Amino acid sequence: MSRRSSQQHPPLDTSQAELEEEEVISGTGEGDEVMEDVQEQEEGYSSSTPTSSLTWISWFCALPGHEYFCEVAEDFIEDDFNLTGLNAMVPFWKEAMEMVLDVEPDEDTSKIPDVSIVEASAELLYGLVHQRFILTRAGLQLMVDKYEAGVFGACPRVYCYGCHVVPCGRSDLPGLDTVKLFCPNCNDIYTPPSSRFQGVDGAFFGTTFAHLFFQSYRLLAPAPFWKPSSNSSMSPRSSASSSSQQQNSEQQSQTASQQTPQFVNPNPNGGQRKAAGKVYVPRIYGFKVSERAKCGPRMQWLRVRPQDPEELDLVDWRGQWYEDADDDYEEEEDEDRPMEDFDPDHQDGEDDDEEEEEEEEEDQGGGGRPTERPAGTSRHTLSPPSSAPPRTPPEVFSVAPALAAVFKQPDNGRLKVVRQQRALPEPVTRVS
Amino acid sequence: MSTVSFVIPPRFERVAEELLLRSAGISKDELCTCSTDIDDIVLTEHDLAKWIFWFLSSKGNEYFCEVEEDFILDRFNLTGLNNEVANYAQALDLITDNLDDEIQDELRGSLDVQARLLYGLIHARWIVTARGLAKMLEKYKRADFGRCPRVLCQSQPLLPVGLTDIPYQKAVKLYCGRCEDIYSPKSSRHGSIDGAYFGTSFPHLLFLVYPTLIPPKSGAVEVGTAARGSNDTEGNKRSRRVRDEQEIYTEGMGEGFSTASVALKADRYRPRIFGFQIHEIAKLQRWQEAVRDRQVTRLEHLEEANNEV
Repeated sequence: MSRRSSQQHPPLDTSQAELEEEEVISGTGEGDEVMEDVQEQEEGYSSSTPTSSLTWISWFCALPGHEYFCEVAEDFIEDDFNLTGLNAMVPFWKEAMEMVLDVEPDEDTSKIPDVSIVEASAELLYGLVHQRFILTRAGLQLMVDKYEAGVFGACPRVYCYGCHVVPCGRSDLPGLDTVKLFCPNCNDIYTPPSSRFQGVDGAFFGTTFAHLFFQSYRLLAPAPFWKPSSNSSMSPRSSASSSSQQQNSEQQSQTASQQTPQFVNPNPNGGQRKAAGKVYVPRIYGFKVSERAKCGPRMQWLRVRPQDPEELDLVDWRGQWYEDADDDYEEEEDEDRPMEDFDPDHQDGEDDDEEEEEEEEEDQGGGGRPTERPAGTSRHTLSPPSSAPPRTPPEVFSVAPALAAVFKQPDNGRLKVVRQQRALPEPVTRVS
Repeated sequence: MSTVSFVIPPRFERVAEELLLRSAGISKDELCTCSTDIDDIVLTEHDLAKWIFWFLSSKGNEYFCEVEEDFILDRFNLTGLNNEVANYAQALDLITDNLDDEIQDELRGSLDVQARLLYGLIHARWIVTARGLAKMLEKYKRADFGRCPRVLCQSQPLLPVGLTDIPYQKAVKLYCGRCEDIYSPKSSRHGSIDGAYFGTSFPHLLFLVYPTLIPPKSGAVEVGTAARGSNDTEGNKRSRRVRDEQEIYTEGMGEGFSTASVALKADRYRPRIFGFQIHEIAKLQRWQEAVRDRQVTRLEHLEEANNEV
């Protein structure tokens, strides 16, 4: 954090960006600044340079659609080691290098008929160098400034609550796919909202950058677990005010995810920011859609997070539950199970997150879960008892296996939907 | 029918002209040169002067579909809305074009807001009826609501959804049937539409009623057949809708297909650094996939049980 706060200039301002660049360069002590003076003097060359005060690089980065690029330090480009292998990929290598570095071309080599060919090469060269540069300390630093300023935009997913994204390629080879945006909260990639980024090659950012970025700045990376904020369970709710309540709790969790200086991931190498973990639950007339319906939820796993980091350890390296062999979790799905926990008044205005939390507590307390945690007492203190009656008597889950607690949601949904399925054939028949 | 012989209120003139041209499939520029006589264009008096048409054709209202007049005029369908909307009676009159011109001038501004609110709330009720669903299906197939920004959803068309059924709470979101998640609209124009005008149930009800349209979890998008032009006449739309309904039913809501294990086919993005997965993310993803596998097993067991019975 301290590193970031030291530089708060808007990174789009080119003059300042240049300044920063120099700071960073001198900080890393990487290079020979001899050449810098040289290019400063000869700006006359490039036809693509509109104003003489701009270097080709800052001109290129200021083009519309090139907002994601940062300015690569010129001594990085001048170091041949950093360019290893690139000369095989870029046609008109020498000319492209001259253009990118604003070097006066030799007379005898300027035989290329069209300068636009060189421009394409220069763009390719710059892009590929850029892919490598943003993996360096200096490059990451430049990109983090852009990230903080929100230059790359925010995740379009609603429950990521505007988490900032970073550019990400799907391939390290140019010409295959355009640039995408990686959201660290949902670990997914998105198409940039504006079509002006459709012309930007994803390889210019590469497949590694986005992840190395969050690996380097752990404070920006959301943790893999998420516990619904318990402060939303304070007030008793009526079904009438349910959605506004829900909204409130959403906002709370949102603000909580942004502030929470006390949030700690027990894994010191893990993401240190509180995640936004809410998962969308489809509802018809307020009732959750059952997973047993053909159109029922099938993809919640893609977004769900465990409440506790330890739960991640319940799965082995093959992606199988450790205790799967001796746990018959289907038992829970017994169709003859009594529906005593169906309470229409209550569940209508219920906050899902709170529900799950409550049930889990009950499960742990009453079910005698064979835990690696000390009896789950800390959980109880975390969330104050809700004024609402408990939906599930502890006995219901007393035979349930340990893993049942991990993912309650489908179970909840099922109970409600058993009713719902009786009610719903009506619209269907009306249509047919 | 074939002649336009009524007085268009001044505020509708531009829209009326646009509609007229659009329905004839000609652009404004073409009008000057081509010999089409405006009088030949078949468009009923009703269609043109309607407030609804003005509303639907104004910018930013692309998500809305036309609520049929019969539905609005049936008071049963409007039960309770008089408590939600101030100047309910006049707003309703404005929507149905029965408002006196004198009143129209006085209250114009506030009434317009109320009329939009009323139309939105009626719209939320309309699109969960059989005919409303069919209309929205048309728009879905044309991808009027945009496409999923998630790369691995391969531009799956979206459906509008509200997070609450109460107006003035949350803006409209877009539901992707493939990743089953919700996204914010790209454009702020759409981002400011009230979510209650679409309701929380609509997309899920759509897939409940048309299970054959549930998008596959992988592969190319099939629904948004691009061949459909966006500027067909209203008449065409109607006939097409009927055809579509038939298609859907002849396709057969077969008992055969199962969605129990579709999740296994879903693609997901795996972050990698120099080709290596990242420990914490990979661990989370393994856990998520274990959750998925458990659900699949559960559903398959259920299915077996059902088949035995």
